[in-house]
Amino acid sequence: MKRARVAYAGAIHVAYPDARGVRLADGRICREDEVVWLPPIAVGTLFALGLNYAEHAKELSFAKQKQPLVFMKGPNAFIGHRGVTRRPDDVVNMHYECELAVVIGRPTKAVAVADAMQHVAGFTIANDYTIRDYLENYYRPNLRTKNRDGATVLGPWFVDAQDVPDYDALELRTCVNGQETQHGNTRDMVTKVPELVAYLSSFMTLAPGDVILTGTPKGVVNVNVGDEITCEIGQLGRLVNTIASDADFGRY
Amino acid sequence: MFMLADHQFHVEGEALPRDTDAATLRTLLGAGIRFRTPVSGAVYGTLLNDRDALEAMGAALAQPPYQAPPKAPILYLRPRNTWSGHRARVAVPDAEPGVVVGGALGIVIGRPAVHVAVAEAMDVVAGYTALGDLCIPHESVYRPAVPLRARDGFCVIGPALVAKRFLANPDAVRIAITINEQPTFVTTTAACIRGVAQLLADVTEFMTLLPGDVLMLGVPHGAPVAHAGDTVQVHIADWEPLTFSLHAEDAVAAEGRS
Repeated sequence: MKRARVAYAGAIHVAYPDARGVRLADGRICREDEVVWLPPIAVGTLFALGLNYAEHAKELSFAKQKQPLVFMKGPNAFIGHRGVTRRPDDVVNMHYECELAVVIGRPTKAVAVADAMQHVAGFTIANDYTIRDYLENYYRPNLRTKNRDGATVLGPWFVDAQDVPDYDALELRTCVNGQETQHGNTRDMVTKVPELVAYLSSFMTLAPGDVILTGTPKGVVNVNVGDEITCEIGQLGRLVNTIASDADFGRY
Repeated sequence: MFMLADHQFHVEGEALPRDTDAATLRTLLGAGIRFRTPVSGAVYGTLLNDRDALEAMGAALAQPPYQAPPKAPILYLRPRNTWSGHRARVAVPDAEPGVVVGGALGIVIGRPAVHVAVAEAMDVVAGYTALGDLCIPHESVYRPAVPLRARDGFCVIGPALVAKRFLANPDAVRIAITINEQPTFVTTTAACIRGVAQLLADVTEFMTLLPGDVLMLGVPHGAPVAHAGDTVQVHIADWEPLTFSLHAEDAVAAEGRS
């Protein structure tokens, strides 16, 4: 089943797909653009993987990591479908990253790879922006590069794991203003989903609502103010985001 | 909703936090009660905000992999599994060479802090707290040290959040660490490269901090290493110290707390 979290008419609702847009849990049908799309789950701890597709690592001139390159993001970063993300005026390279997002469903500690998928509740799509201008070589990728307000777009839907048996063979596609710029497949991940869950749980306890962004394939390009970025992964849906300016956020 | 009136803390076994005067807190602490973490927002640590730490890196700052000294604040998130409170028993991996005990002043945010100017930064501060910021020792700070920092219970916070008025100058406050009641380490926040106001301005330029969030001013250079079996106290100013103990992972697992 697919479900979203949306704000509509003064409250937050669970919503389901409907031919006319979305159907709220209370029965009301709304157009897709009538609701405000929130991240589809209440996110706990969010992990992101760097360089988890070999061709993307090559694109950035990195050799394969000895162990997964993991970093974390805070609640300021999370926004939903059809949101906007600020691009500072003075940067030259801000790029999207279309990623399969894995949602943990159970307390998970020291789980074996073979059992790891039993701890996954489902999936969603993430577009995790990076501003390469701000990269510094301390705890890289540093938070100024990655943990920016509204820089981690999640949604539109949370999709139950049982409906995504082929999570290891999903096409990822990103379009900028309708032009395809990124194309990959989750089968090309360096460290696979169950291995990632097992790895993280080997040194910490994961909790329901924790999210793992599993890295992005090759094909990241700079985006500019006004661009509409669409990330699509298999049958999970299409996640749309628009780039906004400093002025839109009252920064001059 | 987040307000910090006096001393806010959460006694283990109670449903909600309390906000009382220091005397009431002291009485409860004297009874040897365990406290939950007093925090519910996001918690961030700040790396290398210390003149001595940067100086100790010396020529390495200009060499690979670092290439240049840091410009913007370097932060790390302390996820919820790491939070623990006063009198926590923290499991320490048996195979590792102890844990580094960082004693840090935590800045508790009281208002949404977006792109605040240095001159207005103190207005977003509700108060402060003490943190025992633990990690497995590591030399390299090139990649985020998530497997070395994000371990269960490795961010001890409390015992209380202390309202801002009780700390006149957060940029010259004494931090001391004792291990098994032996004074082990003393410093002051005057060694920080960015003081509280400057750090808040530079961080909120790129990320919003919300009421209840905690931003550590940084872990001082030369933080001591402790081991399983040790009892550690972090003393900040004249506050009641934050106390916790370290135990071998197997021992804590046997108590059913892993």
